[in-house]
This record gives sequence, C-alpha cells and structure tokens, in this order.
Amino acid sequence: MSTTQEATATSLLRFATAGSVDDGKSTLVGRLLHDSKSVLADQLEAVEHASRRRGQEAPDLALLTDGLRAEREQGITIDVAYRYFATARRRFILADTPGHVQYTRNMVTGASTAELAVVLVDARNGVVEQTRRHAAVAALLRVPHVVLAVNKMDLVAYAEPVFARIAEEFTAYAASLGVKDVVAVPISALAGDNVVEPSANMDWYGGPTLLEHLETVPVGTDPSAEPARFPVQYVIRPQSEEFHDYRGYAGQLASGVLRVGDPVTVLPSGHTTTVAAIDALGEPTEIAWAPQSVTVRLADDIDISRGDLIAAAPAPVPTKDVRATVCHLNERPLHVGAKVLLKHTTRTVRALVKEIEYRIDIDTLERRSGAEGLNVNDIGHVVLRTAEPLALDDYTDNRRTGSFVLIDPSDGTTLTAGMAGEAFDTVSTTDASQEEDWV
Amino acid sequence: MTVTTQRLVQAEDSPYALSHLDALEAESVHIFREVAGEFERPVILFSGGKDSIVMLHLALKAFAPAPVPFALLHVDTGHNFPEVLAYRDRAVAKHNLRLHVASVQDFIDRGVLRERADGLRNPLQTVPLLDGIESNKFDAVFGGGRRDEEKARAKERVFSLRDEFGAWDPRRQRPELWSLYNGRHAVGEHVRVFPLSNWTELDVWQYIEREGIELPEIYYAHRREVFKRDGMWLTAGEWGGPKETEQVETRLVRYRTVGDMSCTGAVDSDADTIEAVITEIAASRLTERGATRADDKMSEAAMEDRKREGYF
Repeated sequence: MSTTQEATATSLLRFATAGSVDDGKSTLVGRLLHDSKSVLADQLEAVEHASRRRGQEAPDLALLTDGLRAEREQGITIDVAYRYFATARRRFILADTPGHVQYTRNMVTGASTAELAVVLVDARNGVVEQTRRHAAVAALLRVPHVVLAVNKMDLVAYAEPVFARIAEEFTAYAASLGVKDVVAVPISALAGDNVVEPSANMDWYGGPTLLEHLETVPVGTDPSAEPARFPVQYVIRPQSEEFHDYRGYAGQLASGVLRVGDPVTVLPSGHTTTVAAIDALGEPTEIAWAPQSVTVRLADDIDISRGDLIAAAPAPVPTKDVRATVCHLNERPLHVGAKVLLKHTTRTVRALVKEIEYRIDIDTLERRSGAEGLNVNDIGHVVLRTAEPLALDDYTDNRRTGSFVLIDPSDGTTLTAGMAGEAFDTVSTTDASQEEDWV
Repeated sequence: MTVTTQRLVQAEDSPYALSHLDALEAESVHIFREVAGEFERPVILFSGGKDSIVMLHLALKAFAPAPVPFALLHVDTGHNFPEVLAYRDRAVAKHNLRLHVASVQDFIDRGVLRERADGLRNPLQTVPLLDGIESNKFDAVFGGGRRDEEKARAKERVFSLRDEFGAWDPRRQRPELWSLYNGRHAVGEHVRVFPLSNWTELDVWQYIEREGIELPEIYYAHRREVFKRDGMWLTAGEWGGPKETEQVETRLVRYRTVGDMSCTGAVDSDADTIEAVITEIAASRLTERGATRADDKMSEAAMEDRKREGYF
C-alpha cells in the first residue's frame, strides 16, 4: 500500500463545539488546528502579524478562526463556521458554533450533522447555565457522543478535585437528558495541555487527550441494525438506444442496508416490490448502505417520483398529523395558524401550525404551556397538519428521516428545525400565559 | 413509528465503513441530485481548473447512465492558459455538454468594463458572470468553492442565496440543518451551490488520483518561461508581462491552482505525477492561495468584500 492510499483509507468525523463567550473556544479550535499541523505557514504568519499589530506578545490562535470583519471588530463569532483538519488516522469536519445565549439556533444547526459535541467549560466557573443549555441541545439533536472539555486548568493550578467535581456534575446532568456517552478531558487550550499533546502538569489524568479521543471515537451507526430508508431524489431515465427502458431512482440511503432482491415498500403509496438492481454511481453492485448515494431499480413498474420513500420493514406509517419538537430559527415568531412549507427528506409539502403544545425552558427543562408563538431560539413542541402524507420516523430512531425544516412560502426563509416525536424527558408544566415575555 | 436500537460501531472495523472520500463523494452527489430535483435551469461554473473538473466528474457519476442535466458556464477573462482552454473544449465535446462563455474581453471591448491599472482581470469577472446568469435565467449556479480555502468561506452555505445583484450577505444566509437544503428563491434571485464545500485541497487531489481523472498538463511539473513579480513566478504572455525590469528564465514549475495568467503563480516543483503532487501538497507549508494567488493577498477582508459583490 502506498502512503497516499493509506491516507485515503481514513474515516471522516463530523463534530461540533460549543462554549460560552469567554471559555476560550476560539483558542481551543486554533490550538487543535495549530498542534495537529493543520495551520500552514502563511496562515500562521498572518495571525502573528495581526497579533503583533494588536500589541499581543504571543500569536493569538483565536485569530485563526474569526473569519468575518464584523466578528474581528466585535471579537465575537456570529455564525456557524466549518473548519477542516486531518491527522494520519482521521479527517475532521468541525462545526464551530458560538456559545452565546442568543445563538441557540447556531448550535442546533451545527449539532444537526455532528456525531460528537465538545462542550467547553471554564474550570474556574464550572457548570453554568450555558453549559446545561449546550448539553440539552446536544441531547435534543441526538448527538451520539459528548465530550466535556474543562478548559483553563492552568488557572486552577491544574487541581484534580476541581476537574473531578465539574466532570461529575456534568455527567450526571447529561445522563438525566439521556446522553449516555460522556468523556471529560481536563485541558488548557492556551498552554496546550491535553489538547493534542498529553499534559505534563496533570499526571493524575490517565485518559486520552482531546485529539486522541476524536481520532478513536466510533464514527457513524451500524447500518445493519437499522431498517433501510431511501428517499427518492431524482428519476434517471436516459431514454437512449442503449438504455431504452432504464428507469432508476437516484438517492442517498438515509439509513440501513439495501440488497438486490430485498422486499421494499414505496411510501406514501404503500406499493410493495423488490429491489431489482443497484447502481453505485454507474457501476452495478449487489449491496449498498447508508450514507451511500446510489441508483435503485425496482422489479415492478410503479409510479414513483421525487419525494417518495423506498423503505424496508418495519416501514413508517404515512401521516398528515405531525407532532414534533422544534427549534425556531428566525427573528419572525412562529404562531399558531401559520401556513408554512415543510421539507422532509426530498419531499416539500404545505403545512399548518395547528398547535403549540408547550415551550421547553432549555435551562430547567420545564414545559410551559399557553404559548401563542415561538420566538427565535425557542424550543417547543408543536402539532402540524400537512396537505399530503409524510413517511416520518421518530427522530430518536432516525436523524435523517425524522428531521424536517419549516420554510416561509412567501420568501423562502428557513424558519424552524423540526424533530418528529418527543424530545428528552422534560419536567413539570407551568402555565406561561401569566408571563410577560411571550409572543 | 418504528423502534430500533442504534448500535455504534467502530468505522474502521465495520464491513460498512466508508472512507472519507466515499463519504464526501456521497454527499456531493446528493447535492447535485437535490439541485436537479428542485431547480429549473442549473449550470456548472467550469473554469478547467481542478475543482471544476472534479465537480463535473461527480455530476457525471450522479446521473449515469443518463447525461448531465446541466449546462456549463465559463467566465473567460481573456488571460487563460491555452492548455486549460483546450482541456475545456475536449471535456465539452467528450461528454456532449452545452458550454456558455461569458467573456471579460467582450465587456472591455464594448466599454462596459475598464482594464484595471494593475492589469488583473480576476476582479473583473463579476459583471460578465452575473450577466451570463441573468441572460440565461440560470437559477442555480454550481461553484467549486471549498470552505477550507479562506476564513470568509468557512461560513458559506452549501446553498448560498444571492439577490438580484448577485450579492452575498452573511447575515441573510439561511441556516442549513442535517442534509436538508432549502433552494427556494424569488424570481431574479439565484442560488450558488457548492458541492465541494466540505472537501479540502488534499481530498480533491486524492480523489483525482483514485478516480484517475485527467487534468490540464500545467498541474504537473514542466519547463516554462517565467519571470518574478510580487514574489510569484508568472508566465510571460500578451496579458502584460514581463516588464522591462523583469527577467525571464526557464524553470521547472507546476501550478497548484489555475486561474488567470496575470495573477496565478507557478511553484518550483519536480512533481510530474499525481503521486508526487500529493506528496508535495501533504508536505507543503503554504496554503494553495497563499502560495499562488495575488488577488487574495489584497487585504484580510478582500475575499469577504468580493463575495458581497457577487464574486465566488
């Protein structure tokens, strides 16, 4: 095997970071990029130059990641930014999300594609309100792995009891949200302890550095443990001499495994047939699995188009009544009675907001009933009625076929992120109609 | 509703493991097919550079055995490398594609654009590009931009909404969740689509190697007459070089990016095979733009400003 082939045999991990404004997140991300040798000479030179211009002695690694002029001027991060780095073992895509309270929607966005979330806390402050919010968002979005990075250990004399107390409190809270996999790492992003290089200052810590953990955490789910879901994106009909009767359904497997000969149901029509052939981007194959993009041909001539779902048993039951947990993303509130578009997999349908059952207080996880609408960054539970049936899975079972977005039909704005079914176990309900700040 | 248990697996040990290139390819193909399903008149921006060549390769795979359901659009600055134009024309003929050319020279000849004092034509591409989009009523425009290229691009969406002036407003971009892309737009607006958003330069090269994709020969080491300007090796040509003070010499060079002759520098290299190129890049201590593109060195906010104007 040549070296380049070895390099191409690495896996890909998508992960997200969340931290409060002053937790040192930009420095951590800069440190990951810098110490994994992903920062190249000219980028580093630019950072050193800018740091000197600001009168800073050491290069400010946070400058590696602060991209837009408005942010450089305000010293904050205003949106999700994607970073790329690689080690010999793995390629990483990092969704870098701001941690400030008003940017819940950004963390929801970043966490939606993440298989791991790094929650950053300041060792001096421990678990604060925002930390709990980050944990709740990771739990809500069903991010499989959560890492607690206890930063600024250098400012608490690298004391183990400080770390242990924070790790214990966070792990207990995450468990109450249903997050089973929490790994806690004591770090100093500024000094570089336990980010990429093991720390000489914390002999008491026997675990992996943050990067080691990122390199070895399992990627993805086992497709053989999930029923196949194949949303049809596009119908391929060459209509040429050679492929006169070719009719292929192009799409990306959302979950599971498909084999030639498998029985499948086409939804929402409910027709059953079998897989006659699978083309993996032009080459015939006997088997395909998530998240591969392939073209499927079926044994029977059924009327199938974009937006249909080819599903293996147990198949979802198509419904026009959608109950979902949502995060509202837009400055315009979402009200009961709103007429919206709903995009689920490859299907976009008209929908009506019938009911907002309750809002979830992301800090206390209390349900508050009586809300007339949802404001930006609100998380709530809604009932929607759609014009056409949707083949939804529960989001807890399937992140791709259980998720949807709501769109404003007037200007195309993406309004709301939706997850079919119930969120994590929330607690007692209080009546919000007495409160001042509702829409 | 179904109930399944999601068992986590160690990707490297699973028979269902996908390499990072397989994962990126599957995602890009998904993006091409979403656009085909949701837009009326998509077009691929094709420069004959490696990123647009990889885009075309992915589009060919996405719709096989049917032809690619999109036209190509080339913004021709008039300062293109002849090897690249030849490649472009071969690709168009081979895959039976329709090519639209938006020519900077045309706009200069008609007096719509004026030649800049520095002779750079890259900054002049925006007007012909937007005119080409508008006159052909393209509603989705595929670009080869990658989020790893530059800090301002790190926040770019896969589906990037542009107003009737082609402008990009970072605060108006829509949040993108899961793999649900929102392509809705008003008449006159269009969507730029970046199927290679999550690829890095190294990924692109590894993919070119794996797929055996042919590139214009200037990507590989060759002897060429060059002269030094602003610390870069530029090719002598009618576009405005060398000046009397600039010495022409023959060097063994290759190009890491292919843009304009006036602003794309060659690097000293003896990498004459794809393997050698990948080895060189993996070891390189300069990002591709930092090494070879004069226009991005203009200022820290240069790229951000140009994107707002409608540039890629």
